Amino acid sequence: MKQIWIARDYSKCSGCRRCEIVCSLKHEGEIWPEASRIRIFMLIPGLEVPHLCVQCPDYPCVEACPTKALSINRETTAVEVDKEKCIACGKCIDACPGKIPHMHPTKKYILICNLCNGDPECVKVCQEGRWNALWLASRPSLSQLSIKLYARTPQEITKDLARNIYGEEFEKGMI
Amino acid sequence: MLYGYNGKFIEVDLSNEKISIEKIDEQILREYIGGRALASKILWDRLGNKWEEVDPLGPENLLLFLTGPLTGYFPGARICISGKSPQSNGIVGSTVGGNFAMELRCAGYDGIIVSGEAKKPVYLFIKDDFIEIKDANHIWGKRGIDTIKILINETLKELSNKWPWKGLWKDPGILYIGPAGENKSRIAAVMSKWSHAAGYGGYGGVMGSKKLKAIVVKGSNSLPPVANKEKVLSLIAEVCRVSIQEKDDWRRWGTGFGGYGVGADTSSEPIRNWQEEWHDNKSFGVDKFEERVWIKRYWGDDGCPTTCLKLSAIKDGEFKGAITDNPDYELQAYLGTNLGIFTPEGNVYVASVVDDLGLCGIQGGNVLGFAAELYQRGILTKKDLGIALEWGNPKAFARLAEKIAYRKGIGNILAEGTYRAALKLSKRKKIDLMKYAIQSKGIAIGAHGIRSGLDYPPIIAYACSVQGGDHTSVAGLIREELWKCELSMLFADSGVVCAFNVFKLDWLWDFLEAITGWNITKEEWYEKIAARVLAIQRALLLLGGPDIYWDPRIHDENPERFYEPLPSGPKKGKAADKEDFLKTKSEYYKTLGWDEYGIPTSETLNKLGLKDLDNVLQKIRNKVYSS
Repeated sequence: MKQIWIARDYSKCSGCRRCEIVCSLKHEGEIWPEASRIRIFMLIPGLEVPHLCVQCPDYPCVEACPTKALSINRETTAVEVDKEKCIACGKCIDACPGKIPHMHPTKKYILICNLCNGDPECVKVCQEGRWNALWLASRPSLSQLSIKLYARTPQEITKDLARNIYGEEFEKGMI
Repeated sequence: MLYGYNGKFIEVDLSNEKISIEKIDEQILREYIGGRALASKILWDRLGNKWEEVDPLGPENLLLFLTGPLTGYFPGARICISGKSPQSNGIVGSTVGGNFAMELRCAGYDGIIVSGEAKKPVYLFIKDDFIEIKDANHIWGKRGIDTIKILINETLKELSNKWPWKGLWKDPGILYIGPAGENKSRIAAVMSKWSHAAGYGGYGGVMGSKKLKAIVVKGSNSLPPVANKEKVLSLIAEVCRVSIQEKDDWRRWGTGFGGYGVGADTSSEPIRNWQEEWHDNKSFGVDKFEERVWIKRYWGDDGCPTTCLKLSAIKDGEFKGAITDNPDYELQAYLGTNLGIFTPEGNVYVASVVDDLGLCGIQGGNVLGFAAELYQRGILTKKDLGIALEWGNPKAFARLAEKIAYRKGIGNILAEGTYRAALKLSKRKKIDLMKYAIQSKGIAIGAHGIRSGLDYPPIIAYACSVQGGDHTSVAGLIREELWKCELSMLFADSGVVCAFNVFKLDWLWDFLEAITGWNITKEEWYEKIAARVLAIQRALLLLGGPDIYWDPRIHDENPERFYEPLPSGPKKGKAADKEDFLKTKSEYYKTLGWDEYGIPTSETLNKLGLKDLDNVLQKIRNKVYSS
């Protein structure tokens, strides 16, 4: 299997949140935005940020997990969560530079995108709608470290995005 | 089991700082669905016997925020806001998009019922079972953009402090008011994001009267379970497929496509306070907006495949920093052509100021146009206004909008909305100015004229609607067409969904059945449920009070201007035809089982199971029949 990566263009996210809907339907069987593995942050209206695992080359979350509940799927490069082993300690959240993993809203385990085993639902709806904020790319290989640059907090991303979309002045003193 | 609902409503008594959770009987939900229909039932039950005395801007009024069983499931979630309207003194169901409705449903509630009046500014904070009335002194007085920024940051901090185990918290759903609402303007909107507005009805002013600056909600649960999940999911897929594959022009250009088209093609766009309805200013075409001011070409709310909103911002020049959505057709018209403004930049600028102040773009644009025509005719002078209110001057209109929001000088009168301003100014100037007021029952008319006969609203659209000048719920009974049928639009407002995604009317009933498991046929909807709601809305509208009453013989009428021939364009000379109007009006009444004055008959009320409404209507009958 070709190793895939979900590429993202924040400036194109329409904020429709259909990705959250299909993700939660696939993994939880319900329309449940808070239990979605991909989350759209709107810290400033108009600046919607799709936030999901970037599969860092050094996997600090997997590294930090005290119970080995997190593992790397070598085929897809996605992080897999073993719900039984996860003790909801939150160490993976602390370790993630983008604070991307988040706790299931009602159950005691962490939520991390597993790329839907190579066929991610979020990408499908985004492509179907031709918003093109998410699409499938091959996993960047020239410099694996560059992937990690995407593992930033929504706050950090929103600041850059504000400069791009609303202009430099707006970015100042924003969040 | 109750499907499609959480079955819980939050009740907040602001006077006594009391919060409780109420259940509404399944039978009532089945008979009134949600949104606008349920609002009518709640208002009739709780305020009906003292309706005439209830001041919409007083503590006794109720403020309702209601979702429906379709909300969140039908793509494009909205919330319906209602109460006794400070514009019409009746009930208006006013809906708005944004992420509030979805968050509220996921927090475990179908709606919020607010009563009383807080002693000092407050906002309501809801996180699932945790509900709190919080101090809002630090945001009282703030405009929209600042209010949102502060509330998002403050809420995220609070969520992380209280529930730190979760990881990063996502932003909450927020409804709020700007200065216009705080100052109890009757044309203030309840705002969402920073340019979405529930404008019809004036509920921003009601929020202000209760000193309720905002409601913030974060929900952690899933949507309530449905009766037939497979069917619901296949219906969602179909709505999305049709939107994306078959309605591509709609999603591509949004309602703003009409910015040039409605004026040029159908001669039904307000120009300089409706003195004309045709223009050929190509500078105002959608292509100009698209290339010059759109910074995001698709912007939408929860689950929406259409994303017909477009985000606009001005990045340089004299209007630098202005941000708004689209503007959509209504605002391109009311804050553009209606003010003689024909440049996208000027239009985006005025819209951004109006949004930030928390004014309704339609009601605000209408009263600005009204004032400008009085200035054009020398009735209002620069001394009266403090501004040279020349057509086409965006800065002049923005300054007047500020005076309205803060009730400064002439703004204090204009903040009352076009109808009441016309009454007051007529008295002051000792001439009848009502002929320049383009409204119906205190509510400014949507930006679709009826004179050319080429646009969708029927000739009785605004004159007979229980929602006054509302351009979505127009009076009409063509059941196959959503936009020409008040009873169908009532479904969208009760469901509560975005009517712009209802490409096939049948979807509404299909969704309702798949979600709730109730088999409510179209016939039952039209003959019983919707007819019942319309009768309640009609009765309370005619009951009115305390400051203004409507006499159906006088006020079920078009604005005078619609009988003046169009002065320009290919449809020059066309006007609404009085005879046609009277004939259509009488057919409309008759079909609904209302008498010749549009008062529901005792027989009709009996059939609808609304016997208790008869006493109220008898009062109106006595008044009308005896004079």
